[in-house]
Amino acid sequence: MSVLVDENTRLIVQGITGREGTFHAVQAVKYGTRVVAGVTPGKGGTKHEGLDVFNTVEEARRKTGANASVIFVPPQFAADAIMEAAAAGIELVVCITEGIPTFDMIRTSAFLKDKKTRLIGPNCPGIISPGKCKIGIMPGHIHLQGNVGVVSRSGTLTYEAVGQLTKRKIGQSTCIGIGGDPIIGTTFIDAISLFNEDQDTYGIVMIGEIGGTAEEEAAAYIKAKVKKPVVGFICGQTAPPGRRMGHAGAIVAGGKGTAVEKMAAMEAAGIRVVKSPAEIGDAMQESLK
Amino acid sequence: MKIHEYQAKQILARYNVRIPRGEVAYTKEEARDAAHRIGRTVVVKAQIHAGGRGKGGGVKVAKSADEAAEIAGRMIGMNLVTAQTGPEGRRVQKVLIEEGLDIRQELYLGIVIDRQVGKPVFMASASGGMDIEEVASKHPELILKEYVEPGLGLQAFQGRRLAFGLGLAPELINDAVQFMMGLYRAFEDTDASLAEINPFLVTGDNKVYALDAKMNFDDNALYRHRDIKELRDLNEEDPLEIEASKFGLNYIKLDGNVACMVNGAGLAMATMDIIKLAGGSPANFLDVGGGASEEQVKNAFRILLSDKHVKAVLINIFGGIMRCDVVASGVVEAAKAIGVQVPVVVRLEGTNVEQGQQILRNSGLNFIVADGMKDAAEKVVAATGKA
Repeated sequence: MSVLVDENTRLIVQGITGREGTFHAVQAVKYGTRVVAGVTPGKGGTKHEGLDVFNTVEEARRKTGANASVIFVPPQFAADAIMEAAAAGIELVVCITEGIPTFDMIRTSAFLKDKKTRLIGPNCPGIISPGKCKIGIMPGHIHLQGNVGVVSRSGTLTYEAVGQLTKRKIGQSTCIGIGGDPIIGTTFIDAISLFNEDQDTYGIVMIGEIGGTAEEEAAAYIKAKVKKPVVGFICGQTAPPGRRMGHAGAIVAGGKGTAVEKMAAMEAAGIRVVKSPAEIGDAMQESLK
Repeated sequence: MKIHEYQAKQILARYNVRIPRGEVAYTKEEARDAAHRIGRTVVVKAQIHAGGRGKGGGVKVAKSADEAAEIAGRMIGMNLVTAQTGPEGRRVQKVLIEEGLDIRQELYLGIVIDRQVGKPVFMASASGGMDIEEVASKHPELILKEYVEPGLGLQAFQGRRLAFGLGLAPELINDAVQFMMGLYRAFEDTDASLAEINPFLVTGDNKVYALDAKMNFDDNALYRHRDIKELRDLNEEDPLEIEASKFGLNYIKLDGNVACMVNGAGLAMATMDIIKLAGGSPANFLDVGGGASEEQVKNAFRILLSDKHVKAVLINIFGGIMRCDVVASGVVEAAKAIGVQVPVVVRLEGTNVEQGQQILRNSGLNFIVADGMKDAAEKVVAATGKA
């Protein structure tokens, strides 16, 4: 089993005719994802990489029965693309775009409040249920179908963790990159509660980073609700305060969001916290015994 | 992006936020003229992008224009060390000459984005003028909060709630509410990430002022604020960081001696962490991004090596979209062009890893190849000892 996406997911690609959109649409099809159409305003009625292109998400959904969308449009237009997908009734929207203004996301979050849409991201690698469905920019071949759920704020660090799991023959049920921005759709708690309810997910890897308090909130949730083993890592233990470490959300500000605080909160919640990013795979292996 | 106090005040003045009369001066003479025009006791304030200036000697009162000139003369060009600059301090390039005010009460106002709630939060506290972070951690009940609906802005009733909560006199309430609503409009209009008035001042003649002002902006939104983008002061930034930003590289200089080049911000932070765990000290954070070109890798490598403290380099790439062979070619080319004097440890994983390693092996250069992050960190720290 897996969460959120599987062989029944019918995906459209917003921004399919762009460079990134084209490349990753093709990769998704190769992986076996059911990509049903693309959307680029003004290019409706054409074909791109063998896929039908529509002008609007609403039309694409109506004609293809799509239930998920992935967004590869430039940051200036990405918030609009998310809202368009939500207004069209798409159930799962995955926004890969990095660099969306924070205020755009604040307004978008308000717009999503009364919609049934779940947003993943922005500024994230996407979501993959190995062997079934890949939505995003992660390299498919490093994954292995299995029973560990992975949730992370980072992209390549997630690949690192997944690589360690796969090397030890520990497969993944679903890997969710929730994104490195201050305002995101799906949170740690959302993802962890999905994994907690999924019968075929036996363990959870949670990769956080400095900035904000999302890891602390997730720790409290885990302490109260989760019985499955959880392995955690926080990157940015050596980051200086007041400096934004690449991700818009990764900044220790006002004395809040330090790695030390997060690791302590996670340990107190019974999470097996590793200090070194090289120990994630081993820790999960031992936890599953 | 950060800006100077005087720049923040100029923005706020456009939103009817009352600020003291003041002028920027780059020289002693300009400072004297400015003080003369203001015509009374002035305050000379060093303009650097760091707080804690008062304690560091960057804020001084002058009773006459001559005294203002004398103080400004000493301040401009000095290396100002504050709690926020680090021990190396910051060179003062200009000062703000401002009218001295009759201080009755010092309060605090601030706006930030509350990530948990997903909205801006307007904060006020009667404990102004001091370290607000300390107040927040020790006495959170002393900080009043109002969440703002995006698009609607701070409402008057919210402003009144804050103003009465601060214990302001009834005749000051309307003035304070106008001030707060203006401050919020400035925040949202400019895509700010932080606005702080500390202290928010009540004077003897019952007026409210922004005695100090700090604004930070969302880098991702600068494309729609050309006027704010122009306020960037390169003197306040590290030359290597400026150089890196020209090539779309995310580089932050740190004070260790192990340089690192990584793809992805999370993995870059994790690489710094594992260097530290192995007993070393990272010289920088460098994220070459998800889809860096050979040219970017080359420039990244050059920038890393121009830091004189660097004793060894660790390249850690987990190829997803980014292909290991592209990284390897860039590194080899750069190493050949620059003539590397320090050991370079390379750890490649993911897409096209075999081709990447082949390129390194065939380069004729002496790269140390590592297997996994732990091995890479241990090898690079060992290499710093030999260099």
